[in-house]
Amino acid sequence: MTDYYNFGLRRLKKSRRNSGIPLHFFIPTLPNPAPSNNRSLFPYSPANQSVTVRRPFPLSHGTTTLGFIFQGGVIAAADTRASAGGLVACPEVHKITPIHSHLVVTSSGSGADCMLWERILTREIRLYQLRHRRCLSIRGTAKLLSFMLHPFKGTEVCVALTLCGWDKDAGNTDCTKMSEDLSSTTDDSSSAVCSSQDVTAMAHSASPSSGPKLIYVCSDGARLQGDIFSVGSGSPYAYGVLDRDLRWSLSKEEAISLAREAVFRATHRDAYSGNNVDLFHVTAQGWSQRKREDLKEEYYRDMKRKTNIVEG
Amino acid sequence: MISAHGFGDPGKMKEYHYTGPVEHRFSPYAFNGGTVLAVAGEDFAIVASDTRLSEGYSIHSRDSPKCYKLTDTTVIGCSGFHGDCLTLTKIIDARLKMYKHSNNKSMTSGAIAAMLSTILYGRRFFPYYVYNIIGGLDEHGKGAVYSFDPVGSYQRDTYKAGGSASAMLQPLLDNQIGFKNMEGVQHVPLTQDKAVQLVKDVFISAAERDVYTGDALRVCVITKEGINEQTIPLRKD
Repeated sequence: MTDYYNFGLRRLKKSRRNSGIPLHFFIPTLPNPAPSNNRSLFPYSPANQSVTVRRPFPLSHGTTTLGFIFQGGVIAAADTRASAGGLVACPEVHKITPIHSHLVVTSSGSGADCMLWERILTREIRLYQLRHRRCLSIRGTAKLLSFMLHPFKGTEVCVALTLCGWDKDAGNTDCTKMSEDLSSTTDDSSSAVCSSQDVTAMAHSASPSSGPKLIYVCSDGARLQGDIFSVGSGSPYAYGVLDRDLRWSLSKEEAISLAREAVFRATHRDAYSGNNVDLFHVTAQGWSQRKREDLKEEYYRDMKRKTNIVEG
Repeated sequence: MISAHGFGDPGKMKEYHYTGPVEHRFSPYAFNGGTVLAVAGEDFAIVASDTRLSEGYSIHSRDSPKCYKLTDTTVIGCSGFHGDCLTLTKIIDARLKMYKHSNNKSMTSGAIAAMLSTILYGRRFFPYYVYNIIGGLDEHGKGAVYSFDPVGSYQRDTYKAGGSASAMLQPLLDNQIGFKNMEGVQHVPLTQDKAVQLVKDVFISAAERDVYTGDALRVCVITKEGINEQTIPLRKD
């Protein structure tokens, strides 16, 4: 199959030599490979033999994404700007992608890398589910992703994903691809179904086997579980806002409002973040997505609030 | 292939003065210019490109359109490095034929877009230097535009400009089709005639300000009746 689109290029690596990566990569190699001693464990890994071809174009980078756990589940929020060099390549990118009904992934780093690796991860999770008749846990998913990215350590693949999900109990095998797509209203007066009542009050222990999970995986090899993560060029600004007000006992509306505020402040200060904010909320019932909101309006509302404070 | 050592960034020539001995490295890429544009309407899609093929200060051809017909409902526009454009379209054609033979139906626009994304990412470490935009009709007959970056990141849009004049044309399209950056304006849906006229005007503006765009404009209008092609002359200087 690979020979059809080889057209005589002889150095295409087959997938078994790609350390099990389910994608065929064309790795440009030197005619006489330089002796490399430190990566002999993975002789066929792309980092070992590849020659860097100088690219004449910039790739998309720069973002603000965040995720945190509270008593009502997991909140994942991100901006929607994709910048390539100094140009806004796309003002309406989806940086938060659902993998299955109880897991969403926020992506940061190079846009193409994140999109394709999310696709590979979705495929592997679905295959696991079909083969083993149960959903892989969030920690298992993170491990799988980290091991799939390991051969590309040292190359220019730049992927920093935050897995935000809810681990179900061992008995539950249902793991559908798409959950319901609720969109709640944008202002604080929402009387939407408060899923905090449905969530059993989990003790906030170190690693319960089921419940909300937040794991950060990056192409450098890091795999960290935590309660709050923010990734990207705008993350310092988001951390500042989150660290001030984040508590376990927040209500759903307060948590959503806090995530929105953190992304808004980060997009205001960081040049490479901007445009809209996407917000996902993951509970035991699955993920639900809030309607995408343009932050331009929020900026004008904020200015008005500031002038009112000064005058009043 | 003409050496690309005179180029720093793509499309920009370096100054000709002596700075000292410089080691030149062979670059496998060249920048051949050109602009592509795609617009999706309610029941139509338009893919347009200029027909100038240039390299550095020279024009290789005035009649090298950058839209390629893939199926009866899909057209792709490729700009960037012409060598990679040709190979990529050959690969896509071969994959389309394979799909047709094994599945007994043509690929839909969305499927072509997903396939192109994996083809491009397979060359993540030696990318195709091509900016692709796919325009066509989806399974429901509505217009669809999919825009790509050179390594395979893509998404569905309503309109997109790619190529050398993309940074100039995209804000204009945001304003005229997306009604962005305007206050108190009624959002009227785009009709086919208005869209074709807008595309022509937009390319005339691009030819005025971008040196790599000009000569002629090839417009492909995709409707359920088929693909209709027109050629309109542009500035030749």
